[in-house]
Amino acid sequence: MLDNFFLRKRLKLSLLIVLILAITYGAILIAEYDIIKGFTSIPEAFVWGVQNFYPDANAFSRLPNILNKLIETVLISVASASTAAILAFLFAILGSHTTRINGFFASISRLFATLFRNIDVAVWSMILLFSFGQSALTGYFALFFVSFGFLTRAFTETIDEVSNDSVEALRATGASYISTITNAVVPSSAPQLISWLLFMIETNIRSATLVGILTGTGIGFLFDLYYKSLDYHSASLVVIMVVIAILALEALSNFIRRVIL
Amino acid sequence: MTKLLELQGVSKTYGKNTVALSEINFSVNEGEFVSVIGPSGAGKSTLLRCINRMIDSTSGEINFDGQAVQKLNKKALRQFRTKIGMIFQHYNLVDRLTVFENVLHGRLGYKSTLAGAFGFYTDEEKRQALELLSILGLESQVYKRCDQLSGGQKQRVGIARALVQKPKLLLCDEPIASLDPNASKVIMDYLQTICKSMGITVMVNLHQVDVALKYSDRVIGISKGEVVYQGDPRFMKEEEIHHIYGSEAGELIFNLSEESHYVG
Repeated sequence: MLDNFFLRKRLKLSLLIVLILAITYGAILIAEYDIIKGFTSIPEAFVWGVQNFYPDANAFSRLPNILNKLIETVLISVASASTAAILAFLFAILGSHTTRINGFFASISRLFATLFRNIDVAVWSMILLFSFGQSALTGYFALFFVSFGFLTRAFTETIDEVSNDSVEALRATGASYISTITNAVVPSSAPQLISWLLFMIETNIRSATLVGILTGTGIGFLFDLYYKSLDYHSASLVVIMVVIAILALEALSNFIRRVIL
Repeated sequence: MTKLLELQGVSKTYGKNTVALSEINFSVNEGEFVSVIGPSGAGKSTLLRCINRMIDSTSGEINFDGQAVQKLNKKALRQFRTKIGMIFQHYNLVDRLTVFENVLHGRLGYKSTLAGAFGFYTDEEKRQALELLSILGLESQVYKRCDQLSGGQKQRVGIARALVQKPKLLLCDEPIASLDPNASKVIMDYLQTICKSMGITVMVNLHQVDVALKYSDRVIGISKGEVVYQGDPRFMKEEEIHHIYGSEAGELIFNLSEESHYVG
């Protein structure tokens, strides 16, 4: 009986591994992917990168232009995340079990959050391209929608987690709904909400590069331009600047987190 | 003695079949110290929360201070809740705020939405809060954040928050269940003082039978959502305690004969 139990567990595990291998092999067959060629091309790609993908003097002459676009991209990321956070907070209040007004608004809130979160930022960009054309506004809205969906979900869970007990206590004193939100929910959850907002800004800067390629704005557009005109040296400088910006922002937000948490 | 609180045939069911409370009848007089004891899941917490309508009872009547509690509309319910202070097992403070702010939360029920939302408190309210904190021995902790306090101190902040409401009744839900014996004694002594010297009626859910017997004027025993015992703790017999907990003699940690010896 006892031996059987472990035997069955081991059988299940082996079956699962066989299944995963079969799916992988099937996918390789369908996609006509050559594993050996795939791995052997890695050193080749690396050699190409070393030979071509580094900034030269000419690339550095484009630095002011790159910085200009980089700042634009960072600002759009911050703006989209912050404005989305305000809307997301209102939806999170309605969606949280602790603070919801009724089940109807709660389901609407959760539905919105799921919908906006699960459509990828690239898909949003392409949908919005039809409405706004190739402008910074397209990028802003694409990032805004995804941030809104994600932050609503994150905020809802944070509020549920941190403020349940104190909300009960304040309701018991006869405090009004709004007073309960401002006196219990906001102070208990604020640091974590800000932490989520910082995380969203970082994520947005990463996505913004991709969105820029699609919408023809910001730093992504510059990368696309240099890359397609075979100016790999300038394109590499764009990548380096993006990486530096992301690292700097992460350091800054880690510092802010340390102070507030 | 005047009746402050009266429950008649109060029941609470969840869904169709889950009965939390069934046909609860009892009354509490002004200035009385009442303990509610019973096994976990017997419905003690639900009972307490039905009184201030944090949970709505399914049927029966609750009268508090001449008001029919179940019929109150939203605004009247807020006013009614200001007259009842509540104390919780996990203190339910806003940990990131100071002791002072947490105590002043007790005044929110008296405020308009706007004044409450921005936390505008009058000088008189602040003075009362400070006075209560010094009575509870927390004058040196006023500006400390609550997450820096010990359990016993947190519970005293909880008591101050309830008292600043100027309540007629204190509902205490397992106030000492998370505290060590020393802090438990301090808290129970404060509750007793509040009852005897401030004339505030106290109703407390307890797990510790010995504590219930020592402090209360009356004990209410609850089992499976029903009141199975009511009476003066001085005349309570061991069989009655075993009846409440559904146990046999000798099965409980608590032992009445030793206990009375140690109290006496």
